[in-house]
Amino acid sequence: MLNFIARRIFQSIFVMLAVGFIAFAMFRYVGDPINNLVGQDTTIAQREELKKQLGLDDPFLVQYVRFINKAAHGDFGSSYRQRRPVSELIASRMPATLELSFVSALIALFLGIPMGIYTALKRRGLLSHTFMTVSLIGISLPTFLIGILMILVFGVLLRWLPSFGRGDVVQLGWWSTGFLTKSGWLSLIMPAFTLALFQMTLIMRLVRAEMLEVMQTDFIKFARARGLPERMINFRHALKNTLVPVITITGLQLGSIIAFSIITETVFQWPGMGLLFIQSIGSVDIPVMAAYLLLIAFFFVIINLIVDLLYFAVDPRLRVQRN
Amino acid sequence: MKFSKLFQHTAIAATLALSAGLSHSVEAKTLHWAYQGDMMSLDPMSLNETFTLGFQGWFYETLAGYDKNLKLVPMLAEKWENPEPTKWIFHLRKGVKFHDGSPFTADDVIFSWKRSLTPGSDMKGYGAKAKDVKKIDDYTVEVTTPGPNPILPRDWTFLYIMSKTWAEKNKTTEATNVKGGESNYANMHEDGTGPFMVVDRQPDVKTTLKRFDGYWNKNMPTNVTDIVFQPITQESTRVAALISGEMDIVQPVPVQDWPRLQKEPNVRVLNEPEARAIFIGMDQHRDELLFSNVKGKNPFKDIRVREAVVRAVDTNVINKKIMRGAAKPLGTLIADKINGYDESFGKPYKPDVAKAKKLLAEAGYPNGFEVQMDCPNDRYVNDEKVCQAVASMLARVGIKIDLLAQTKSKYFAKVLLQAGNNTSMYLLGWTPSSIDADNSLVNLVSCRNPKTAAGQFNLGGYCNPKIDAITAKVESETDQVKRNALIKEAFTMLRNDYGYLPLHQQPMSWGVRKGIKVAQRADDVLDIRNVVMP
Repeated sequence: MLNFIARRIFQSIFVMLAVGFIAFAMFRYVGDPINNLVGQDTTIAQREELKKQLGLDDPFLVQYVRFINKAAHGDFGSSYRQRRPVSELIASRMPATLELSFVSALIALFLGIPMGIYTALKRRGLLSHTFMTVSLIGISLPTFLIGILMILVFGVLLRWLPSFGRGDVVQLGWWSTGFLTKSGWLSLIMPAFTLALFQMTLIMRLVRAEMLEVMQTDFIKFARARGLPERMINFRHALKNTLVPVITITGLQLGSIIAFSIITETVFQWPGMGLLFIQSIGSVDIPVMAAYLLLIAFFFVIINLIVDLLYFAVDPRLRVQRN
Repeated sequence: MKFSKLFQHTAIAATLALSAGLSHSVEAKTLHWAYQGDMMSLDPMSLNETFTLGFQGWFYETLAGYDKNLKLVPMLAEKWENPEPTKWIFHLRKGVKFHDGSPFTADDVIFSWKRSLTPGSDMKGYGAKAKDVKKIDDYTVEVTTPGPNPILPRDWTFLYIMSKTWAEKNKTTEATNVKGGESNYANMHEDGTGPFMVVDRQPDVKTTLKRFDGYWNKNMPTNVTDIVFQPITQESTRVAALISGEMDIVQPVPVQDWPRLQKEPNVRVLNEPEARAIFIGMDQHRDELLFSNVKGKNPFKDIRVREAVVRAVDTNVINKKIMRGAAKPLGTLIADKINGYDESFGKPYKPDVAKAKKLLAEAGYPNGFEVQMDCPNDRYVNDEKVCQAVASMLARVGIKIDLLAQTKSKYFAKVLLQAGNNTSMYLLGWTPSSIDADNSLVNLVSCRNPKTAAGQFNLGGYCNPKIDAITAKVESETDQVKRNALIKEAFTMLRNDYGYLPLHQQPMSWGVRKGIKVAQRADDVLDIRNVVMP
């Protein structure tokens, strides 16, 4: 067991280093940060001086090692664009992304699972067909288009919801929350639905497929034969067996909700980490980009690690194999 | 008993609150404003960039500034004189207060000048315009310049004055450095003399400003009392926020949205020409072009080829088809709002396709040639489309353009001097930071000289020693009439040399809620002093 965990943690560190390496290798092709840091009146000599100060004229490997070394000590440097420590910057943006992702995941779960069950049980119903069609749209339309359509309908035409931003936030220590104000909740609705749509569709289709499969199995047939009420068969026996893979997928998808929020955040000017990343690309803010990519990699690595450990705990066959 | 007492207290409190509210003679007017990005810092010396400086101009002020027509007007200096070619004397305004209540004096001017020369400053170029700044008395400073400088007040229109005592108290006597580390106090706080004070700053999210009651100029037209600024990155979201009424002013709106916005009853589009000249440059420096099928020679060194390029392009058509008629076609590198502009050299060249073909044949390219053109696609108004139009016009005379349009960070990383000017042809826009023609002559027209930083943005390496000699005279001529004559001479020579292909002044593009009066200043700065809300 310990051996397994140690090996997984070692692998995780390797993944992080690789992500950092690839990211750093790519930054050389993003453009010239210096030009975004100075005005047109800054002389060549001053530009060169700045480049030297920031260590941008060092070879790529030297820059990479320096970055990793500092990052290991929790120092991600300073944002070129905002001239503030990156760790402080990301910490101030993280609550927005996490709240949005969390609400999106909840929406996806609490709408996706019932819709999946319903479409599996009432396969030929009109409502089922509607759900399936909507889910097809949810999967095939790009996120930014859905977002812009929502802004157009609910923000511009109906004027029910604010078309951008996070509304008023309340500061709880270092965490800023939009959950405690009305404008915070109103602002959350559109981006959360936009971000949830794809996941919701995924969960719905997964639940439906699993449920249909389980309904075919022998033990459901026997349950029927025993004369158990339909309700009990559906929810006690079938659903329970359906949920195992759903939980796994949902766990894994949480990482991608956080990572994919980039587009939703940009469309709705949601002040989270994804928007920060996009703004940083625009001005070649390498310290912020590097830190963000590492952080996302870290999220994925941690989630995967937890999932793996859960498997290990749940499935006895894995333990036997190791021995 | 207890209850009635409570009631009594409440009644008194309510009356007090009501009267306090009534005693405010000015009704609260909150301006909601959005731009595509945020200002980079509150520190006025950290970045020399127009949007950042324009925004900072609401809470910081300079000795001399611009009015809504980009005319130079007194601000913190009431008047100035130039008794000797290398000496300027500024007479400072009395009774001016900083936002923290401390008085403004000559010491603050000297301190700010010194601060502009500290390592983190991006305003070193402006600071270097003075050799020394001396205090004569509390309200008079004497500036000595390294050489004769006829336009010092103009050069310093963005050298903001900070409070010395405030900076010392908060240990921010040096400009915020890019390298950072610990945050500099001035990066997140301000203490200027301007009409508004920053009350809350969340970078990239929201900045809230409040009217400064102690502002010296009581005759300012604006009736705005509060400002909420929010950057909105996505163009469509920005436009939506304007139409939905959440925003009063948004900058910029996409040109293709103009017809749609004009149909909205509550919105109008402002699209005056900007002071930025857009032009195309050619590599006239290398003996062989880097990106062309012509080998062994550089066609752009031949004046006939350059004239052919200029004659082939009809900038009126580009204006009509791509800029919706809002650009101002131009025949030179400076816009009409720039000090020194003259119609005699500023009118567009007359297009002549037949002549262009003939000239190319004479120069030895009867079938034309191929060349790559670099173009940004997110820097100027419709930049990529403008490049495509130029390419198709050049194709008519046989010059085949291989268009390389890319994002500005990549584009500038390829074409700028520090990257080795890896370009054969490029599109660039230029607003002289001093709003004076001299700046364009030095940066765009002068032969490249690494020692003096002249020609730093002369990406094609155009070089005419005769123009350089005139530019040197412009730099030191303090007689404004003679000076303007020299500027005219230099630009006329450039025009006859077909050194550049000038295109137009691009239009600015602001979306404004109906009923709001706002002056659209030609440097694309929102001049808050002139915003009047209904």
